[in-house]
Amino acid sequence: MAAAARDTGVGSRTESGRVRRFVEELGARVVDGARAARQFYSIVIRTFYYSFRGRGEKGAVWRAMYQIGNRSLFFLTAVMGFIGMIMVYHSCVQVNRITGDLHLVGATFLQIVVRDFAASIGAAMIATRVGAGIAAEIGSMVVTDQVDALRMCAAEPIDYLIVPRFKASVVMTTVLIVWSMAVMVVVGMLTAWGMFGVNPRIFWNTSMVDYRDLTMGLSKCVAFGAAIPIVSGYCGLTTFGGAEGVGWATTRAVVWSIFATILLNFVLSTVGFYVFWA
Amino acid sequence: MSVGVSAASSPAPVHRHVAARATERFVRRVGRGIISVSQQTGGILVLLFKILRRFFPPDIDYFELKRNLYKMGNRSLFIVVLTSVFVGAIMVVQASAYVQQFSAYAFVGWGAGFVILRELGPILIALMFSGRVGANNTAELGTMVVTEQIDGLRALAIDPISYLIVPRFLAMILMLFALTVYGDIVALLGAAGFGQLMLGIEVRVFFHGVTTLLGPWDLWIGLIKSAVFGLIIALSSCYYGLVVRGGAPGVGRAVNSSVVASAVGIFVSDYFLTFLID
Repeated sequence: MAAAARDTGVGSRTESGRVRRFVEELGARVVDGARAARQFYSIVIRTFYYSFRGRGEKGAVWRAMYQIGNRSLFFLTAVMGFIGMIMVYHSCVQVNRITGDLHLVGATFLQIVVRDFAASIGAAMIATRVGAGIAAEIGSMVVTDQVDALRMCAAEPIDYLIVPRFKASVVMTTVLIVWSMAVMVVVGMLTAWGMFGVNPRIFWNTSMVDYRDLTMGLSKCVAFGAAIPIVSGYCGLTTFGGAEGVGWATTRAVVWSIFATILLNFVLSTVGFYVFWA
Repeated sequence: MSVGVSAASSPAPVHRHVAARATERFVRRVGRGIISVSQQTGGILVLLFKILRRFFPPDIDYFELKRNLYKMGNRSLFIVVLTSVFVGAIMVVQASAYVQQFSAYAFVGWGAGFVILRELGPILIALMFSGRVGANNTAELGTMVVTEQIDGLRALAIDPISYLIVPRFLAMILMLFALTVYGDIVALLGAAGFGQLMLGIEVRVFFHGVTTLLGPWDLWIGLIKSAVFGLIIALSSCYYGLVVRGGAPGVGRAVNSSVVASAVGIFVSDYFLTFLID
């Protein structure tokens, strides 16, 4: 035992030992990653399966909708209002620097808000708030063995814990993002009016928003709303290590939910570009 | 019987009474909200003052500082780089519809560079950082408070502020700044690579647009913003970690409010910084 320990101690300092340790670490990472990917895939499939075939708990979806939707409303309104102000301010300053013709600022702003910005930034905010909440809740249930108790009662944890949040999030993320589009446009309109003297009637120009932008915006809402509860539910269900583990689970949930929305945004935008515009 | 009669004979006062109680409840709720917000703002300012006092003369635990720099910076590099690549790519994908319409290939570098360097790079990296490092910091400090380790430090005559808080504060500001530099570089490279792939813009043309149409000031604005965001994340995560009450669930709540406060702080300060610096 002691000899073995000394051997590895010496080995780690030599060149071959260092290479071996590097390969071992790399292999461990790859195995961990593959295992996590398989688990995640299984949770995704089971969530979709139980959304249609599950028994479900009565009223759970409504409660989750209240938690996800109504409780995030104020936060989202405040943040998206500021984003709308910043965006309009920036674009007006830039346009003033180049052409000075502020007629089309409103039309372009409406288009970019509907197509992308409301969905991508709103989803990052929802991922921060809702994802952390879901992971903390499910994570503390895992640490206190309540999930095992559910399994003992022959109740599938995914059916009872993730599916209601999944359904609620798909609906409420769409609702919240449509609401934040409205907030951004109204606040942007007021900013352009108050600071740059653009008449609201000129600002409100929907001629550039067509079915393609609406399709992109709404499909992003649905995709982000579906991704956030699944990713953070996965992070919650794989919690280990007591109260500190719950903290880690919320951290991972926030980071990977935001990353999932960015990745999905990238995929959807690319697909949309080749379908609609190319 | 007499109760029924009195209720039937005088319905109006009962109604007025109920309405008055509802108003009172509303006023109470608003007042409680205002008091708690001002309490938190005041607490954060007091914490900032306490931290700043430790710099004159410098009273910082250098070992702890080094450990935190490694944990917060190096360990976050991977996710920041991963996010930034996709952010750069998304900028080009979003712009490509306009670019093809007006065949404005020379301006892609300017547009993507402007948005990445000034706004999107600092904001998205700060959101990632607050999700990963800020949340974890709150959970760590909160667990220490709940298990009375902070009181233990005080009993050993070790100042918790200069031992625990100041190194974390410094490390977060420095590392968010450094990560934003990396993130900007990677996002620009991602944008250039994707411009080549999707629109066939030469990488040289892209970077020509970046270097001729943007000045160093565009980079500096983003970096100043990232330093301020680091300050906000550091203060809110330390404050909410230190005021945890109520055991392990309290830690979860503190993590949530720390992440939310950081996000709101990032966007609000971004708005004012955009005004002040321009």
